[in-house]
Amino acid sequence: MSSDTTTAAAPYDRDVFHVEGEEHPQGSTLLGFWLYLMSDCLVFAVLFATYGVLGRSYAAGPSGADLFDLNLVAINTAMLLLSSITYGFAMLAMDKGRVPATQGWLAVTGLFGLAFVGIELYEFVHLIHEGATPQRSAFLSSFYALVGTHGTHVTFGILWLVVLMAQVAKRGLIPENRRRLLCLSMFWHFLDVVWIGVFTFVYLMGVLP
Amino acid sequence: MPSADSAIFGRLTLDAIPYHEPILLVTFVATALLGLAVVWWVTRAGAWGYLWREWITSIDHKKIGIMYIILGLVMLMRGFADALLMRAQQAIAFGESAGYLPSHHYDQIFTAHGVIMIFFVAMPLVTGLMNYIVPLQIGARDVAFPFLNNFSFWMTVGGAVLVMASLFVGEFARTGWLAYPPLSGVAYSPGVGVDYYIWALQIAGVGTTLSGINLIATIVKMRAPGMTMMRMPIFTWTALCTNVLIVASFPVLGATLALLALDRYVGTNFFTNDLGGNPMMYVNLIWIWGHPEVYILILPAFGVFSEVVSTFSGKRLFGYTSMVYATVVITILSYLVWLHHFFTMGSGASVNAFFGITTMIISIPTGAKIFNWLFTMYRGRVRFELPMMWTIAFMLTFVVGGMTGVMLAVPPADFILHNSLFLVAHFHHVIIGGVVFGMFAGIVFWFPKAFGFRLDPYWGTWSFWFWVVGFYVAFMPLYVLGLMGVTRRLNQFADPSLQVWFVIAAFGAVLIALGIACFVIQIAVSILRRDQLRDTTGDPWHGRTLEWSTSSPPPDYNFAFTPVVHDLDAWEDMKRRGYKRPVSGFRPIHMPKNTWAGVVLAGLATLCGFALIWHIWWLAALSFLTLIATAIFHTFNYDRDFHIPVEDVVRTEGQRTTLLARA
Amino acid sequence: MLARLLHTPPNRRAWLLLLPMLTMLGGCEAVLLSPSGDIAVQQRNLMIASTVLMLLIVIPVMVLTVLVAWRYRASNRTATYDPEWNHSLALEVAIWTVPLLIVIAIGALTWLGTHLLDPYRPLKRIDAERHGAALVEPLQVEVVALDWKWLFFYPQLGIASLNELAAPVDRPLSFKLTSTSVMNSFYIPALAGQIYAMPGMETKLHAVINAPGVYKGFSANYSGAGFSRMHFNFLGLSQGDFDGWAAKVKAQGSPLDRAAYAAIEKPSEAEPARYFSSVEDGLYNAILNMCTKPGQMCMSEMMHIDSMGGAGKESSHNWQKLRYDSHRAGSMDGFGHGPGHSHEPPGPPGDQPQPGGASAPAAPHH
Repeated sequence: MSSDTTTAAAPYDRDVFHVEGEEHPQGSTLLGFWLYLMSDCLVFAVLFATYGVLGRSYAAGPSGADLFDLNLVAINTAMLLLSSITYGFAMLAMDKGRVPATQGWLAVTGLFGLAFVGIELYEFVHLIHEGATPQRSAFLSSFYALVGTHGTHVTFGILWLVVLMAQVAKRGLIPENRRRLLCLSMFWHFLDVVWIGVFTFVYLMGVLP
Repeated sequence: MPSADSAIFGRLTLDAIPYHEPILLVTFVATALLGLAVVWWVTRAGAWGYLWREWITSIDHKKIGIMYIILGLVMLMRGFADALLMRAQQAIAFGESAGYLPSHHYDQIFTAHGVIMIFFVAMPLVTGLMNYIVPLQIGARDVAFPFLNNFSFWMTVGGAVLVMASLFVGEFARTGWLAYPPLSGVAYSPGVGVDYYIWALQIAGVGTTLSGINLIATIVKMRAPGMTMMRMPIFTWTALCTNVLIVASFPVLGATLALLALDRYVGTNFFTNDLGGNPMMYVNLIWIWGHPEVYILILPAFGVFSEVVSTFSGKRLFGYTSMVYATVVITILSYLVWLHHFFTMGSGASVNAFFGITTMIISIPTGAKIFNWLFTMYRGRVRFELPMMWTIAFMLTFVVGGMTGVMLAVPPADFILHNSLFLVAHFHHVIIGGVVFGMFAGIVFWFPKAFGFRLDPYWGTWSFWFWVVGFYVAFMPLYVLGLMGVTRRLNQFADPSLQVWFVIAAFGAVLIALGIACFVIQIAVSILRRDQLRDTTGDPWHGRTLEWSTSSPPPDYNFAFTPVVHDLDAWEDMKRRGYKRPVSGFRPIHMPKNTWAGVVLAGLATLCGFALIWHIWWLAALSFLTLIATAIFHTFNYDRDFHIPVEDVVRTEGQRTTLLARA
Repeated sequence: MLARLLHTPPNRRAWLLLLPMLTMLGGCEAVLLSPSGDIAVQQRNLMIASTVLMLLIVIPVMVLTVLVAWRYRASNRTATYDPEWNHSLALEVAIWTVPLLIVIAIGALTWLGTHLLDPYRPLKRIDAERHGAALVEPLQVEVVALDWKWLFFYPQLGIASLNELAAPVDRPLSFKLTSTSVMNSFYIPALAGQIYAMPGMETKLHAVINAPGVYKGFSANYSGAGFSRMHFNFLGLSQGDFDGWAAKVKAQGSPLDRAAYAAIEKPSEAEPARYFSSVEDGLYNAILNMCTKPGQMCMSEMMHIDSMGGAGKESSHNWQKLRYDSHRAGSMDGFGHGPGHSHEPPGPPGDQPQPGGASAPAAPHH
């Protein structure tokens, strides 16, 4: 991956000052997308830090222990973890060039993602119904911001997934589409990792006394 | 029940147009007339199609770089007009006189001045210069993501458009340039000002982050063969570090402003006084972005000075390796100093001392850089062309500005200097003496590369002296006033003995205004005299790096053949070892295609921002959904590149051969 | 040794010789360079000491820059020209070491000075000559930054004053500070460095004034429309004059209770000085805890409940009791005149405003 080695090792004579023929720079998309993920990671870092500062400021209101339904969240977590696995299957199928299998696994991934978002929305509605709105306390503000931002990411991930399925259907597994699927794969697993943090930091530690 | 009007127009009413404010009305009429004149001129010249095809939709890094710099210079006029208004107000508002600006207007002006100068002047100038120069310096044909580059630029424009709109529709924030809550919360700033602030920075910030990602990928992946990291031109190194800082800090700004927006729009309690909110968290978060931002601006300026001092001393840069390490150390340290912006908020002594000392440590690599420039001149042949004059002025100015910075970094000294005019003088000292001088040095240095003719040195020298002298006349009195215990952002003073200093400062601002005028004249005169100032060689200054190996202006594809690098000063090395420019064997060149998508997407984002500012919910939703749909539609276009036919390459290169032979 | 440098008695003439900047200031009144309080004097000394240390390197660099640029000008063909010379280990070591040494010196000064001059640290001396034994009990002052004026409580004397602060010369002062709506910074340049005053939070400042006089005090952090006129006089008085001043406040002032405070709290600009002969019990603490109005829950009580794990799901009534900013926004005419006022942010559904005065304000915890 290191560009340093590849360019430095290029065997060019001291007297050669230009490349004969066409130079093909390496693709930068995956590096660029990785950099984007790191910048997104910082957004989550801010939200985690915010939750870390405000997470116990209940404003004489309900706490995580009062509100969180760990069973529901465990199911939710399972949905997202499974979706990551099925995305992995989609990538394996893509490597073998099997369009129907790729599409099938992508569809399964999308359904798991939808289930995740659905359960999260149900949880939010339930909390709001109980009076635990984002306006109730700084704790709830930071909770909704962190979990909601993650959920929004998953929602856009699903939208992206649908678009990519359409593009694969239209053009097959051409290099551009493979590259796009790889990017979405990084995005999807990244959201999975973030969710592990949310689950541990917000839910598990939140119900601790 | 919301009325029908508010359902359609949100809180936007005719009252939002400040027709009762004569200053704004005159400005509006003048701006409108100027705008109409430009439109008329473009229409008469029949240039709309040309502008659309060759500039607005262009993904050429060179054109985007030029557009960034034009944006920065246009916004400089606005930001500087604000500065003149403030200087005039502070020069007359003494004792019984309240001056001519009531506080609700004055407070918008100092907020807008800060926001515009940092986000819409300094950032576009720095980004524009990096965009133009970096691919040329590393021997690439474009950046890694050309479409993204176009989109980033138009997002920055979108932010600038919103700030400008706030002048004529509604108001801008009255909070200071960082909009500390609780003051910027909805309870204490219920108007649209802070919302303009939030969405302008949010939209421009997305553009800046994406452009940072783009340039990192470009520098890491697209260097010419042979150009190892330690053979990269120093400007490219500073650009790399700056873009790392951008990617690692702008998301923090975006997230922080998003939380402030949630407080204002949804009623959450992140930064409120009540219900567990924590305003000091905002102050921490915004400075975790804000301090690296300072280095985002200054590092590329350091890069410019390094290139200039080496070129105009006709000599290798002294201590390249330590220069690189100094840059990297500054990059890392810039994340460990943010608290020095608020020593006075009651952190403990140990915390304050820690952040004070880390701040001072930054002065070590910075000092090393100054010495490196000094020893580059040593045993050189120093040519005092304009870029070199800016560089020497910078060296003499910046060391003193840095010194006052270290004074402020000593917490007990900061307790007496914080928020004073001494602080204002300090950061103008380093930003004007560092960033602005650096950008002028860079613009004069690379102008012939971009346009094929040099800038007229006569008017440039006038501009230089007006700027330098004006800077000292304008800001030295502020140091004095700071030591007299005068704090910043005041619009009226009780003590008449201060007035003389403010009058001197106002006179300095007028001198700077003359400097700006001379710069504009310089450009106009240079365009008129372009045949005398023509650069036919592509290398008017006896440059040392690859951008000087191609023609001025470079062809669309930058290099007919990708260069191979054997030395840090690659072009100097090629010239010394008798490099012969190839005149045959050309091939078609693979290039990206222009696209409409960037400007359309950024336009929709700006419209969405405007709708959110005015609570026009239907329009916000509609423009956001259209934005998503357009982006998706754009991804279905796989036809994004083409080959420049070999005949075109042969013709372009042939013209250059003729030109070189004539020179 | 460094500590001794910090404690150098103010000798202005010596510094004048060292600092050209000071000569420039000779004609005008640069309060930061000749303050009247011991803390400000020490802060000034530290500022000047660090400046002098830096000038050790800054001046040679500036001189060298000019000399080298001139000596190696292109037209000077007698100067050596060595286009490949770009490295010298000795020079590189020097250019990293010399700034490092200076930063070590300033850093040591900073570490010591920051701890010695920590605004939270009670005074250990009155001035350079009078240490420990000479200290008397500090005068307590509780400071509230209002929109846009300053309110001072003197808990030991049971009085208060608006936009005028008085203190006896050479008696340690112990300030506690808070604010009502936005961030301000409490600053009397002649006395000591500033400290922020922030709503719902308390900061501290210790200082002493060593010479009688009338000094300027103001907010050093922009706080809205009336900020420019948010200044007050600080009177440094002999003990006898101070007693007289306190008697005058008692005689001329009116009582300050919550009702009177509610009137003062409304935003206003350029208020003249005003005196209060007595102060309702716990008023400063109620301001600090944002619960001066009937029916409001104090921050301290909220934090106590929060530290016990919150109040459970059936606690929506607390929301109304804790709202502060949005209640104030309605009454604040000084803020936000301009287009596009928005309405109050939405609250939890099903919450009805509690009638005012339904419950007695809870006593703040200490």
